[in-house]
Formats: sequence, structure tokens, C-alpha cells
Amino acid sequence: MSDPMTDVGPTRTPAYAVRLRRRYAAERRFRLAGLGAVVFSMAVLVFLLVTMTINGVGGFQRTTLLVPVDFAAANLTAPPADASLGIAIRSLEDQRLPQVIAANVSARFGADAAEQVSPDAWRVAAEHIIEDPGLLDRRVTLDLPVSQNLAAAFAGDGHADLKPLADRLAANGALTDRLDWGFLARSDATDPQLAGIWGALKGSILTMLVTLALAFPVGVLAALYLEEYAPRGRWTDIIEVSINNLAAVPSIIFGLLGLAVFLGLFPSLRSAPIIGGMTLALMTMPVIVISGRNAIKAVPPSIRDGALAIGASPIQVVFHHVLPLALPGILTGTIIGMARALGETAPLLMIGMRAFVATPPGGLTDPATVLPVQIYLWSDEIDRGFVERTSAAIIVLLAFLLLMNGIAIYLRNRFEKTW
Amino acid sequence: MSPALLILLALALATIGWIVARGRAYSFARVAPARRLAALPVYHAWFVALAIVLPAIVFIIVWGIISPGLIAQAVASSPAAAGLPAEGLLRSTMLAEARNVAMGTAPGVFNPEAERLVAPFREAIDRFNLIGAGITLVIAFLCGAAAFLRLRPDFRARTQVERMVMAILLLASLVAILTTLGIFVSLVFETIRFFGMVNPVDFLFGTNWGPDPMSSTEAVDGSRYGALPLFWGTIYIGAIIAMVVAIPLGLMSAIYLTQYADPRVRRWLKPMLEILAGVPTVVYGYFAALTVAPAIRDAAVAIGISNASSESALAAGLVMGVMIIPFVSSMADDSIAAVPRTMRDGSLALGATKNETIRRVLVPAALPGIVAGVMLAVSRAIGETMIVVMAAGAAANLSANPLEAMTTVTFQIVAMLTGEGSFDHPATLSAFALGFVLFLVTLALNFIALRVVKRFREAYE
Repeated sequence: MSDPMTDVGPTRTPAYAVRLRRRYAAERRFRLAGLGAVVFSMAVLVFLLVTMTINGVGGFQRTTLLVPVDFAAANLTAPPADASLGIAIRSLEDQRLPQVIAANVSARFGADAAEQVSPDAWRVAAEHIIEDPGLLDRRVTLDLPVSQNLAAAFAGDGHADLKPLADRLAANGALTDRLDWGFLARSDATDPQLAGIWGALKGSILTMLVTLALAFPVGVLAALYLEEYAPRGRWTDIIEVSINNLAAVPSIIFGLLGLAVFLGLFPSLRSAPIIGGMTLALMTMPVIVISGRNAIKAVPPSIRDGALAIGASPIQVVFHHVLPLALPGILTGTIIGMARALGETAPLLMIGMRAFVATPPGGLTDPATVLPVQIYLWSDEIDRGFVERTSAAIIVLLAFLLLMNGIAIYLRNRFEKTW
Repeated sequence: MSPALLILLALALATIGWIVARGRAYSFARVAPARRLAALPVYHAWFVALAIVLPAIVFIIVWGIISPGLIAQAVASSPAAAGLPAEGLLRSTMLAEARNVAMGTAPGVFNPEAERLVAPFREAIDRFNLIGAGITLVIAFLCGAAAFLRLRPDFRARTQVERMVMAILLLASLVAILTTLGIFVSLVFETIRFFGMVNPVDFLFGTNWGPDPMSSTEAVDGSRYGALPLFWGTIYIGAIIAMVVAIPLGLMSAIYLTQYADPRVRRWLKPMLEILAGVPTVVYGYFAALTVAPAIRDAAVAIGISNASSESALAAGLVMGVMIIPFVSSMADDSIAAVPRTMRDGSLALGATKNETIRRVLVPAALPGIVAGVMLAVSRAIGETMIVVMAAGAAANLSANPLEAMTTVTFQIVAMLTGEGSFDHPATLSAFALGFVLFLVTLALNFIALRVVKRFREAYE
């Protein structure tokens, strides 16, 4: 009698070996395909970041001309020390400071160069004078921005007719690209040489403040109610379903809501940070509720039972024990929700935050723009200078987002508890 | 006084109430030390503070909404407004100009006739601000006094405070319902107005999209409002091209990260992949318009297609697909991880290789979760705005050629609402109708996806 196991025949037939090899090859291919998918996704991310960085480096620079100016010969009088910035600049303009600057440029570099100094270059000189009125008695060398056309000629694209001038000025070292911190301190302008992102950044900060002030308390309180007190029933189900749905509604729909409801109620606040903040708060609130509920759920019941056992009321249990323990988790979710709101553009276009705003908003009700919208607006400009400025603004926006996400990850790791 | 200042005033009053009430509660304890208070002094304090601040804030919100109307009414009935045109755009712009100057948000009026209205506006704003502040003070004082008079040693302040806190919590969670309702009502309301001018059948099934925001509102040409090319563009870019990119890449990434990758590598790769989802869409849009679209056009020209457009459905779809990868991958990741380990081990023990196990056992078992993830991704892609606004183009095209410019629902919403048209024009209102369709479709996709996930989760418990 033979062993049933041997009746199957020899296992290592040549056909079997071929099949096995094929199966192992398939295994390797599959694994490589998986790796390829991950690598491709990473490569796109890296390519995107590298493209933006290469384009954006130029955006942090601007082309300036070193101009010796003889203020002593110009007979200007310094504005009174207590005058406001606007009045002081106006007083210098009335004393023909723009003409003085133009005359000095043309004396040093010729009339063709004077035409190519930015029409707002005298403001730079005015700010120097207001900072140190002593300059008016001296000869000083100022770093003045030049026109976009000359900057383009210097960079070597476009404006071939200005190329000889740019070469001549560059040859004696007067025309250079300099790191431009003013990019972070100025507001939008029609000339990329003069444009900056401070106005948009300030608008973003104000909008985010409104969003945080509205979405965080409402979101946390709603999460507490749903997780700790809500009786199971139809109402709670409706609330839960609407929160989950809101988290998945396209952002542009929130823009339509803001347009129809908020601007319907407050028509004079078009493009104000407070309306933008309210619109984004409705979008951020569900994110905070959902992450808040998870954080609250993670607090073990023994904490609640312990507090209840020594006589705390349900409200005391939650506000004295559960909430402090859940707070790091809630904060992590809040930061992620805020990061999403910071990058959001479409709903803000709907409520009118797409206008050219050249002065930073002074308050929550002033017309403002935000960083992503500024990027969108600049992306429509075909000027090479604006391409660089757009990429530079994107770098700033991504830096903020990475910072926020980094904080969220740090909080998660720092406070993650296993009970 | 602005609402923010009024709220600060209410908070200041509440702080005073808090301190006074706390002192009062301690005085009870001093007068009759033998008797215990029914609640800690701090609850007496909170009771009075909440009684002051809650009605005051409710009033401030209501006042913020109604006072601009009251101011406008007061100005309109003032003698200076007698010379204004009775109705129409000119009247409202002049009123708005004068108001902005009076509020200090504008340096001067454009229309010299509006100048006369500045003074009445300033006067009315001052008067109504004073009235608002006065009523806030009265309300705060009356409610605070009523609450304060209720304080007694045996007053159960804590129960009262907790009842109020519960009410606040409930209100906070009702915001979600109010928002949903607000979205629904505002969309439905404007959509009905739109359908009053344009036949819904023309809108949903017409093939010619070309609203003219400058046309007369009297005779609306319904044949210009055929949204079918928009729906096709949305589906083609969001549900076809983007998914062709996102599903294989997302699924394979998830499989690699859960099944093959070393845990240490996975710890780095997964968050890196999630960065893709965190990049703002305007950045993707810029990337698509600046880098991807020209590259695609150049490639198309190089292989002999001469009429390739610099704005193409392909560029928008590809970049959108990349953006969607992390959504598909994390959903697939979750549902693969939810498949019981025994099923995988059983398959491996029978001698199947890893990829046979994944393809024949894990993926089929995780399929409902993966399908739900794909549906959520589609819903996200068709609602995505900035990428298509910046890269897809404005031409409404019913074409299957991915190199052509195509327009989407979200693009047209932006285009219709950022133009110059007035709110009574069908072109503007069509944006709300499009938004309503988008809302319903994404809602349906999400709803089905959540139901699928729910049923799938129960299967293994």
C-alpha cells in the first residue's frame, strides 16, 4: 500500500519550475509597480517644490541701481519730526524730491538711465530721509529700484533695446540684483519691482484670526456635546450627518453661502476679512468637530468614572477632566483645519476678495486680500517679474503650511498618550 | 460703536458682574458661617456673568444685522436725500459712497452729489451707535440685576450655570444644521429664481453654453444656458482623467506602504505622501498652468498635433489626479488594514505569493472600502475649483479630446460671479443653479460612500 501523499506525482516537474519562476517574476513586478507609484508621487511633489523654488528665488530679489545723490546741493528741508509718514512723504514730494532724484541719476548715468529708474524710486529716498534727516546735508549713495523693463533686460529676457544700457550700468557695478526684504513688507502693486506680499499676508492673518475665533469654540463645544451628552436619537443623528456632510461639501459652495447670506446681510463688508473669516469658519468647524470627537473619545472612561465617583457633576467631569486631556488632540485637528483654510481660495473669490488692494487692511472691516488669492491674481499677469513674485509668494505660503503641519505633528507626538 | 467694541463692553460688564456676585456669595458665607452655601461662590459668579453676557451678545448680533438698514432708512428720510433719484443703481451707489466716507473707509466721494449725504450719514451712524450701546447697557444691567437678586445662600447656582452651559453646547452643535440649511435655502432660492427665467430642461440637457451677462433680462434666451458641456467637462476632468491617474497610483502606493515597505520607511513615506493633499489648490493650479499645460502642448505639437491648446483638460486632470492620490491611498490603506489578518495568513499558508494574496484576497475583501474611497475622491475632484480655473480654460466643449480646452461647473460658477453682472441677471443666477447641482451630486456621492463603508465595516465584526 502506498502513501497517499506520493500519489500526486513528483512536485518539481519542469512545468512547475517554469510556473514558479513566472509567479516570482510577477511578484517582483508587482512590488516594483508599488514602489514606482510611491516614487512617482514623491517625484511630482519634489518637482513641484523645485520648480517653485527655482522660479521663486528671483522673486526675493530685485534689480536696483546704486545712485550717488547730493542732497546738500538740493536744498531740501526735512519734514517736521512729529509728522506722520504720509504727510512727511507728501512734504518731500512737494519739495520736488522726485525731480531731484531723477536729476542726480541723469547726471551720473545719463538721461536714458533716468527714464528707467522706477517712478516710485523717490519714495525709497524719502523713507531714508525721514529715518535720518541728517542725510540732507550730505552726499549719499542710495539703492534705488529700477523699472521692470530694465530689470528684464538685465536678466536677459525681453527688451533688447534696453540691453546696452543694462550692460553699461552693470559694467560699472551700479546695477545689481539684491535680496529684497521689502517683498515681505510691501503690498500689491502694478509693477512687479514694487510688489510685495505684506498686504495679503496681513489679510490672511486677520482672516485666520476671525476663523479661529469662530470655528474653534463652536467646534469644540459641539464636539463635547455630541460625544459626552447628546442623547442617541433622531436629532443627534441629523446633527451628525450634517457635520459629516459639511466636511465633504466643496469649498466653493461655502463661497456661494457666504455670498448669499453674509453679503446679503452686510453688503458694505464686501471683501472684508471678517466676512472671509466667517465663511472659512463654517468650512473649518466640521473638521474641528470631527477631530475633536476622536480626541474626546480617546480619553478613557475610567477618568470620567473616577471624577463622577467623587461627586463631580457631568459638566465638571467634562470641563475639569476630559477637555484638558483631549486638548492636544483637539489642537492638532484645529491646526490641520486652519492650514486647509489658509490655503483656500475659491470661497474667497466668491465674496469679492479678488480686488487689487494696495494698502494693507487696517482692521477686520477693511477691504483685503489673502495670500492664495494674491497668488491667483498675480498668476494672471504675464510679466516675467510677476512669475517670479508669484513663485516667491507660493514659497512663503508653503512655508507657513509646513510650519503649521510641523506644529501639528509635534503636538501629536509630544502629547500622544497611551492609557 | 462697532459690534466688536460692543462685545468687549458686554464682556467687561460680565467681568464686573462676576466679581460682584462672587463677593456677594462670600458675604453669605461670612454672615452665616454655620450654613453651607448650596453652590460654590464661583458658580454664583458665573451665573451672573452668563446672565449678563448671553442676552447682550444676542442683542449685539441682531443689532449688527438690522442697524445698517435703520441707518439707511434714517438717511433716506432726511431732507438731504430729497434730491436723490427715486430708484435704481445711481441711488444705491450714491448712498454707498456717502456711507463709506462717513464710516471713514473711503477718502472721498466720486459723485459730487453724494457729498451732501455724508453729514446725515455721519449723524445717523453716531445716533444709532449711541442707541445700540445704550440698549446693550440696559439689557446687560437689567439681566445682571435680575440674576444678582436671585443669589441666596440656598440658591443652586451650579445647576443653573450647568443648564446654561448645556444650552450653549447644544447651540454650538446646531450650527452645523444651520449651515447645511443655509446652504440649501440660499441655493434653492436663487435656483428657483433662475428656473423662473430659464427652463430647467433647457438648462440640464441643452448643449450650448454661452450666457451673456450684458444681455437684457427681459427676453432671456434659454438656449444659451445649456449646461451639458459643463457637466461633461467636469466629469471628463474630475472623474475620468483625474481618476485614471489617481486610482492606480493611490492604490499601488497604499499596497506598497501597507504590505511591502519597511515600517521605518513607511513612517517617513506616508506623511510625505500626505503633503500632496496639503498643498493649496491654487499652487497646483499655478503649477498646472505654468509648467504642465505648456509641456503637454509642446509634446502634442512635437508629435504632430498642430491645434493643441495651451489650456487643456489633460493638464488640469493630470494635476488634479496627483492631488487626489493621497485620498485614494489613505482610504485604501484603511480598508486593507481592516481585512482580518487570518484571511491574509490563510492565503499565504496555502502557498500563494504576496501579490497573489493581495490581488485575490485582500483587494476583493477591501473592495467596498476602496470603492467608497474612490467615490469620495471623485466628489472631491468635481468640486475642486482653482486647478480648473487656472488650467482648464473657459470654452464649453462637448469633446472627448483631452488636448482641448474644457470648462467645468466650478469654473463657470467663478466666472459668472466674479463678472460685472447684477444679481437679477440669469447669468449670475445660473451660478447658483450650477452650485446646487454640484452640491446635490457631491452630497449623493458622499452619502453612498459612507453607507458602503458602514456596511463593509459591519461585515467583519
